[in-house]
Amino acid sequence: MVKDGRHAWLSTAGFYGLAGLFMLPTVFVFYWMITLSLKPQVEATAYPPSFVRFSVTAAGYREVFTKYPFFLYTWNSLVVAAGSTALGLAVGLPAAYSIARWRQQRLAVIILVARIIPGIAYLIPWYIFFRRLRMVDTYGALILTHLIVSLPIIIWVMISFFEDVPAEMEDAALIDGCSYWSAFWRIALPLVKPGVVATAILSFVFSWNNFLFSVILAGRSTRTLPIAVYTMISYEEINWGTLAAAATLITLPVLLVALVAQRHIVSGLTFGAVKQ
Amino acid sequence: MLLVAVIIVYPILYTVWMSLQEWFASSLAAPQFVGLANYHKIALADARFREAVGRTVYFTVVAVGAETLLGLAMALLFNREFWGRGLLRTLAILPMVATPTAIALVFVMMYHPSLGVANYLLSVVGLSPWRWTYSSQTALYALALVDVWQWTPLIMLIALAGLASLPREPYEAAHIDGASTLRAFWHITLPLLRPALVVAVLFRAIDALKTFDIIFVMTQGGPANASETINILLFNQAFSYFNMGYASSMAVALFAVVMGASLILIKVRRATTW
Repeated sequence: MVKDGRHAWLSTAGFYGLAGLFMLPTVFVFYWMITLSLKPQVEATAYPPSFVRFSVTAAGYREVFTKYPFFLYTWNSLVVAAGSTALGLAVGLPAAYSIARWRQQRLAVIILVARIIPGIAYLIPWYIFFRRLRMVDTYGALILTHLIVSLPIIIWVMISFFEDVPAEMEDAALIDGCSYWSAFWRIALPLVKPGVVATAILSFVFSWNNFLFSVILAGRSTRTLPIAVYTMISYEEINWGTLAAAATLITLPVLLVALVAQRHIVSGLTFGAVKQ
Repeated sequence: MLLVAVIIVYPILYTVWMSLQEWFASSLAAPQFVGLANYHKIALADARFREAVGRTVYFTVVAVGAETLLGLAMALLFNREFWGRGLLRTLAILPMVATPTAIALVFVMMYHPSLGVANYLLSVVGLSPWRWTYSSQTALYALALVDVWQWTPLIMLIALAGLASLPREPYEAAHIDGASTLRAFWHITLPLLRPALVVAVLFRAIDALKTFDIIFVMTQGGPANASETINILLFNQAFSYFNMGYASSMAVALFAVVMGASLILIKVRRATTW
């Protein structure tokens, strides 16, 4: 009995040891990013680097906001992500609803293809188009283009939510004289509210993270955070502490927001292949 | 509904149309119809494009291969009840949603040949330092490692979901027949898990072929074009040289590569559902 108990204990310890080993890289990169952002310049580039003992300073963060218009970039990112999410929901929710209700397979396939097509194949026509309209460096162009990121996710994830709503409820409403639109608006939509919240968060995150579209279509006044950070790298002499602070500022909000929606993130990332 | 189709389909048709033209967006000359000349050029005359195709596929195979092996191993390890399951899932999600540009930035600093923590960690375990993204021999692998860091959890989560849905009976039968754990894994778990794994690999392959952010931020295709994938090459053609027609034909070719890979994987999946 004693031997058995010890064996179980050892295997549990072995399991957590292995688990720790596997998850260590994940944790370490974030840990390194955050600690670097808090280190003064001398210690950020010290070799050998210090892992736990270092002096803490907010200089990196201060520099990010004083040397660069970081508030503007953050505002731009917010406007574009919120705008494309709102527009994506306005277009995507009815689309997902009709795909789920009337089994519009063709539209579903188009959405799937949009997920497969390289974003750059969209960027070329958009660039030509928005340049002609003189819309490069406007929120409008960015929001419209980010739709290509948010729409497929919103539609695809919402289809499965709408499919779970029993059709009888809407049928009853239709018989009582409800229009299709108000059956959607008053009955189906309230029932899938949790799904809407989750997909909204997902689409916000993906728009926030987008680099490819913004790097071309954003200009001086609409530059979003990922582009701002990219342009910071090109100044070779920049502080590592400042760079890490910028990286932390960009990605921390997304990480926090994602934690709220974590149940649906996996389903969104796998395009509904995994439901949790 | 029409709106959705227009937003998604119209630009693609435009790109295909553009790929039949020769047009520099920087010049005042109007686009000129050249038929399939651009395709002829990328298929036969442009060695740089051919190398980029090879690199793109190689990058994808290395990254997704490593992710699949690691992700499967982790899923097998974590497929049990244990204290901290929720924490595990949370940790797994974080790299996937983190802003790629920010992550690339952190890796740039970690990969620094003389000051980076990566080489320090190598020296701690007694290995000689690497040049990571700073050498043309290792750049593609260093970039693949970032992809592996970010996306292994996705494969793990899909595989975990697949494992959770496996029936118990075959294992009991195998146990009674005296089959070893390894044999049970090879003959029961792996075949049953294959559909889930193929889906995971499909999603990863589609995105890995299209990888742009981390390569563009970390190496811009360098050093000496060593990490120039189709996406990077075509981005430069389109937005450094404004060679829109030619870039469009590359975009169509990239789409064909991604589509081809997806079809192959879907076929593999069909072949395994019996």
